[in-house]
Amino acid sequence: MQSHPDWRPTASFEALKLRAELLARTRLFFAEQAVLEVDTPALSRAASTDPALASFSTVYNGPGPAGADLYLHTSPEFPMKRLLAAGSGSIYQLCKVFRDGEFGARHNPEFTLLEWYRTGFDHLDLMDEVERFLTTVLAGIAPPDSVHHWTYRELFLEYAGIDPFTATSDELRTLLLTRYNIHCETLSADDMDGWLDLVMTHVIEPRLGSGLVFVRDYPASQAALSRLCTGNPPVAARFEVYLNGIELANGFYELADAVEQRARFEKERARRAVDGLADVCVDEYLLSALESGLPDCAGVALGVDRLVMIACGAESLHEVLAFPFDAC
Amino acid sequence: MASYSTNEFKGGLKIMIDGDPCAIIENEFVKPGKGQAFVRAKIRNLKSGRVVERTYKSGESVEAADVMDVNLQYLYADGEFWHFMDPKSYEQLAASAEAVGDAVKWLKEQDTCEVTLWNGTPLAVTPPNFVMLTVTDTDPGLRGDTSGGGGKPATLETGAVVRVPLFIEIGETLKIDTRTGEYVGRSKD
Repeated sequence: MQSHPDWRPTASFEALKLRAELLARTRLFFAEQAVLEVDTPALSRAASTDPALASFSTVYNGPGPAGADLYLHTSPEFPMKRLLAAGSGSIYQLCKVFRDGEFGARHNPEFTLLEWYRTGFDHLDLMDEVERFLTTVLAGIAPPDSVHHWTYRELFLEYAGIDPFTATSDELRTLLLTRYNIHCETLSADDMDGWLDLVMTHVIEPRLGSGLVFVRDYPASQAALSRLCTGNPPVAARFEVYLNGIELANGFYELADAVEQRARFEKERARRAVDGLADVCVDEYLLSALESGLPDCAGVALGVDRLVMIACGAESLHEVLAFPFDAC
Repeated sequence: MASYSTNEFKGGLKIMIDGDPCAIIENEFVKPGKGQAFVRAKIRNLKSGRVVERTYKSGESVEAADVMDVNLQYLYADGEFWHFMDPKSYEQLAASAEAVGDAVKWLKEQDTCEVTLWNGTPLAVTPPNFVMLTVTDTDPGLRGDTSGGGGKPATLETGAVVRVPLFIEIGETLKIDTRTGEYVGRSKD
């Protein structure tokens, strides 16, 4: 007997209408700011070198330039920066992005990202705009009940009682075990960022509570594609946005130095080799664009499905995606 | 040695932790947008029954526990072990007091129990949800009282003591829900 899979959407039509409303408000918000909507390819010959991101790969069989491995983008960052370098001015994009190995209540291997870049902004200006954006699109639906700003260091001191810039991984291991009963035996002692991520995801995030929370000044080792601010210790001009305890967006005062960018790519490729991950080639288009000159800008990527989830008061992406990964 | 990737984690999966067999109750994928992915699992230790939490790096391997549930017929106790038999192969297995645990007060000869085996040895015994047991001792029944209000303690043939309605008498066979330890009714026989 043939079995009949449940073909119906997992999201309610109420959730799907709310999603459409939030997308309409998003486009209106950027139209009013004169930020241009753009559309860049989901396929790329290069992939993100970030060891924490796994790209889906596929093959194109021709006609035209065939044969090379292609990747589905994990974010539209690189081609959007090529547009910026070519003189587009401020731009935004709403697109599907793809990440292998990510599935759970708050993760789906394909998800909708809102990514925008503001020329002439630094990360602090962009944090203000993210707040305006969220207040505007969530007005009358689920506006944030409060706004808090933390540096990464202040946040760790407040919620975990430890200084992330001076603590050792052994101290973090002990803190997690004794105070929070969190055991992660296989994280290696030299993976300091892994330990900090463990504290962030297991101790701090669950305690953030309701409201809008901005976290900035990340350790330089977690700069990703942001520029570094000189200081002691140097910190990354990077911010994260949490809404009602859920990580919603990540922003950078964008690194524009092609030499530094290439060095970071190569460092990440070396880390991938050590971790036994697939090697990926770096995006030479991006590096050439940076060499020709990226205007001073800040950019942020925001998870739209999570935004819908928060607006609905839902606990899982299953409640807001028409057909999540296990039903596609 | 058999192992599971954290990608295979789901409720009920049996894994080894600190040398003990455990069952995953629930697991959650946790990952910051930029950074390490983890799998956070709530796990029951099948020997002690204790629930613990463990976090793994997503994608790493965890040793599998050779644990399986089988239906076995309870035969008898010899004072040290409780003996069970596979009704198909007639193979007999002895369970320790630790493995039998609280199930001991519901074990009646010939009843079929779910026995959890670890490396072939009984680790835990789950009695049937309902058992029929005879009352060996209780205060004299009050004739005519069928309300069941109030109730009284009654000792059953296995030694278990349950609350029963006042009209129950010694020698009657009762249906008991072993999950709650509550009286359900009198035998229809």
